[in-house]
Amino acid sequence: MSSQEIPEENLPEEQGAAHDAVDKAHADPFADPGLPAHRPRIQDLDERAAKRSERTVATMFLLSMLATVGFIASYVIFPVDKIVFIFPFGHVSALNFSLGLTLGLALFLIGAGAVHWARTLMSDVEVADERHPIEATPEVKAKVLADFADGARESALGRRKLIRNTMFGALALVPLSGVVLLRDLGPLPEKKLRKTLWAKGKQLVNMNTMEPLRPEDVVVGSLTFAMPEGLEEHDEDFQTQIAKAALMIIRIEPDDIKDKREREWAHEGIVAFSKICTHVGCPISLYEQQTHHVLCPCHQSTFDLSDGARVIFGPAGHPLPQLRIGVNSEGNLEALGDFEEPVGPAFWERG
Amino acid sequence: MKKLSARRRHPLAAVVVLLLALAATGGLYAAFAPASKAQADDTAQSLAIDEGKKLYSVGCASCHGTGGQGTTDGPQLVGVGSAAVDFQVGTGRMPAQQPGAQVPKKKVIYSQAEIDQLAAYVASLGAGPVVPTKSQVSPEGADIAKGGDLFRTNCAQCHNFTGKGGALTNGKYAPDLDGVSPKHIYEAMLTGPQSMPSFPDSTMPEKQKRDIIAYVKTVNGSEAESPGGLSLGGLGPVSEGLFGWIFGLGGLIAVAIWVAAHTAKAKKS
Repeated sequence: MSSQEIPEENLPEEQGAAHDAVDKAHADPFADPGLPAHRPRIQDLDERAAKRSERTVATMFLLSMLATVGFIASYVIFPVDKIVFIFPFGHVSALNFSLGLTLGLALFLIGAGAVHWARTLMSDVEVADERHPIEATPEVKAKVLADFADGARESALGRRKLIRNTMFGALALVPLSGVVLLRDLGPLPEKKLRKTLWAKGKQLVNMNTMEPLRPEDVVVGSLTFAMPEGLEEHDEDFQTQIAKAALMIIRIEPDDIKDKREREWAHEGIVAFSKICTHVGCPISLYEQQTHHVLCPCHQSTFDLSDGARVIFGPAGHPLPQLRIGVNSEGNLEALGDFEEPVGPAFWERG
Repeated sequence: MKKLSARRRHPLAAVVVLLLALAATGGLYAAFAPASKAQADDTAQSLAIDEGKKLYSVGCASCHGTGGQGTTDGPQLVGVGSAAVDFQVGTGRMPAQQPGAQVPKKKVIYSQAEIDQLAAYVASLGAGPVVPTKSQVSPEGADIAKGGDLFRTNCAQCHNFTGKGGALTNGKYAPDLDGVSPKHIYEAMLTGPQSMPSFPDSTMPEKQKRDIIAYVKTVNGSEAESPGGLSLGGLGPVSEGLFGWIFGLGGLIAVAIWVAAHTAKAKKS
């Protein structure tokens, strides 16, 4: 391979063979030395070596056939749920592993055989393809320019201004039809970005038990997720709704809450914050109960839930919206309205 | 009856009645008072508390205060319950080696019997979450699919969707759940150690904790089945993409270079 040929080029015989080139180089140090002389491979000289290469290629193609047979056989043999231990992959599906291995081998061996065939048996004589200038001949250029000038004169675009101006007008208006079509690609967002399912009197439902949350359930240091009552996981628009309405419920000693509004909107230290990051809307609930910090896993925005969910680090532009909560006559936690500001990332018309 | 009635004015009658009344009161008290059985328990329990107190004064009091009231170096232990002690000492986190962002898991230095005594002592300081029994934490017969649902809602944000752990702020991190015993997972959910919030039975019932343990034991650890093969640490698209770009694409480039390289030439004879 290439490692062998570098020293060989420096052999005295080699330089003698290219004697002409050396002479020219003396005359003009920047002259094109031309292509190196073609040298044959062992397969070009020795028929036995060529036969050996042929056999290697044929063996690879044969192994590829066997691998294909193996693929079909493993598909038939292994049940879907059979798990086997294979070092270093661990406990893997026998079917997946054998299918991948045999199909991979079948394809790889075709490629490897073809490459070996090309490298050892097909002609390896370097063929130089000279480059030519790609520009047109001066006659053709002159003809094109003359034709263009003729056309411009005959159209009288410069003289008949009415035609020219109306044509520009028509061309400018045509794209408007496309813009109108774009407008109707979907309904306008309307208030969807500003409103969530939360409303006055909606109970907070624990997403683990699907039962309404009670204030005594929520202890200091705990973390619970809640959704509005009436929303069911099998609802068609469940994902759309929970993407805006998801809530984190935590409890902080009322004296530890630094933000006055947060304390007023809480119920005995139980605070409800939107779970949607105000940066690009990742679900954010990496809550550290000792510091009351919440970290967003996407871009490391950090919010201080004991201080009105103020942004203390990262790219988020707004604090997390807080939901005002209270207790209804049954003693369950309920919302006292929707979020005061849009949840999730900022948008153009957010204000 | 007549005999008894005839002697009711005997000078000693009052004494006899008084003695009978006293015996009856004492007997009734002995029969109904809850003391007797509790007392038998108390001796074993108080023995454990005494032993625990000794261990506590040696190993814990320097940071948590002589009565568990806490100091500037360690939080108060009144009301943390035996479950917290069993988790912190049972996973080697306590006694802590040095202050820092987070106390790491390390070699356990107390025997389980000593941990139980410590737990008994700390539990005696104030009521708190109790060490769960074997059947409370057993993943046997739990709903793995439901556990996965709950894990993704409550735990995956920090611990990764197969419990491989992840980074938090300022050097804190959520540890890998590989090899953590069901009891310790349960206690961690119950008590919320260090930065972790707690998931008390009031918001996450015991059955759901068992579902979560069953899920973690199914997807995490060296025995976990991974039908896809090489899981690359189960860290998600970052490690998979990195592997694809470096080894996948790198391998392709290497092969392309080899295919286009000069073929081996015959040596000059």
